[in-house]
Amino acid sequence: MAIGPRMIRAYLALAAAGFRRYATYRQATFAAAATNSVFGFLRCAVVFAVVDAGARIVAGYDRAQLATFVWVGQGLIGTVLIWAPPDFADRIRSGDVVTDLLRPVDPVWHLLAIDLGRAAHSMATRFVIPIAVGALFFRLQTPRRPGTYVFFALSLLMATIVCFGCRFLVNAAAYWLLDARGPHIGWTLASGFLGGLYFPLWFFPDAAAAALIVGTPFPSIIQLPLDVLVERGSPADQLVLLTIQASWVVIMLALCRFVQRRGEEKLVVQGG
Amino acid sequence: MVAAQLRSQAQYRTSFAIDVVGSVLFGVLDIASVLVLFRVVPTLGGFGFAEVFLMAALAVTAFAAADLAVGNVERLRVYVRSGLLDAVLVRPLGVLVQLTALDIAPRRVGRLVFGIAMVVIAVGHAHVRLTPHSVALLVITPVAGAAIFGAVFVATATVAFWWIESGEIANGLTYGGLNFTQHPITIYGEALRRLFAYAVGFAFVAYYPTLRLLDRADPLGGPVFLAYAGPLVAGVATAVAALLWRIGVRHYRSTGS
Repeated sequence: MAIGPRMIRAYLALAAAGFRRYATYRQATFAAAATNSVFGFLRCAVVFAVVDAGARIVAGYDRAQLATFVWVGQGLIGTVLIWAPPDFADRIRSGDVVTDLLRPVDPVWHLLAIDLGRAAHSMATRFVIPIAVGALFFRLQTPRRPGTYVFFALSLLMATIVCFGCRFLVNAAAYWLLDARGPHIGWTLASGFLGGLYFPLWFFPDAAAAALIVGTPFPSIIQLPLDVLVERGSPADQLVLLTIQASWVVIMLALCRFVQRRGEEKLVVQGG
Repeated sequence: MVAAQLRSQAQYRTSFAIDVVGSVLFGVLDIASVLVLFRVVPTLGGFGFAEVFLMAALAVTAFAAADLAVGNVERLRVYVRSGLLDAVLVRPLGVLVQLTALDIAPRRVGRLVFGIAMVVIAVGHAHVRLTPHSVALLVITPVAGAAIFGAVFVATATVAFWWIESGEIANGLTYGGLNFTQHPITIYGEALRRLFAYAVGFAFVAYYPTLRLLDRADPLGGPVFLAYAGPLVAGVATAVAALLWRIGVRHYRSTGS
């Protein structure tokens, strides 16, 4: 695919459209951020109970780091958008996807551009609201090293792309299954439990946590950006985490392109 | 209507099987979360693993039963938004009955069966002395808990009558309630405990009955009879939910699209 200035303009326009689309759902956005905040209080209570019961440091995190982990994690839910309605799967099932295929842009890049626009919008809403609520009631840890801000921004961008890739693959399963509910359920289970949303993955045995982080894309969505932000380990450790995320970005996008190509060959539009 | 739904869903065997497996897995993760926490600490809020395990098992069972019976009511906002609720209203049947039957999800039975199995294991693991008294409490507790969760499902769904774009805000109390009841209420701060444990009544789903079953005094100083208050709380919660529902249905004006 040729990437010329015209293509870039087209993708920027798509991203802007994604941004504007979500800007119109103001009430739903607020409701979602409020829900994320409620869970922030519940999850924070659990991790604090863990800290209070054990040593002052649990699995490498102190109290402020765990609070930050929980609250920024609640903000991440809406940024990477773990739980999205299966719009693309519905388009495949209904046959509307044909319209997407007729466009002069690749469906993967097309959807990614819209999703990045959406994520940019969420930064100003669903990301900051839970964090602000958390900061109001708890002592959160601000990064000690200035470089962490840059690392976290990069990490957040990559997390969004990996999450997009996972959701795309789950939806694309509809090319073969028509009803992509099975993969969707699997994704919902794995993203929360294996991604580090419900508790830091380092609560698992170290070997299991490391295997998940390297061997699956899920931790790259929640756990790794949060570990980068709360500065668990040295700057070198942060770079290792970023490298793992970058690898998953490449793998997921390549997989998406591959699956999309194979899916197009498989696609049968049901007449009616 | 329920029978028709069951028949139609049974036509798609693979999808149905996947859904049931998924439902069981949700229950597995509920319990696994407790196991993971106790891998890093010996006690949580002053309670050991056996005690929290029993609380979590009771909570999952109550939640799963409510989810199976009335969980679909959370789709009310979709019906209000799309105008489908008008079609429901003109039929000569109760609105709530229709809504829950409209898309009943027998697949959710997986989580319930798993929850009951976990209660049985947790009871054995915690060495609960099986007397007619404790067995009665073990049967009544999940039923009352399911009624409390059911009332919360219905009450929070009514938000959609007033606020169509409310999104998933009800989840904070429904799924959040499951999250809350899985752990001893001692771990929550004062404000959170007042709201979830006492105002909504979540403390009666698992916490107080577990204390009684294990012969433990409440660290928060609650009297023993609270273990038996579940059915009463469930009754009040159901009445409040029913009232909110009636007001909501009357208040409903079609989106008119």
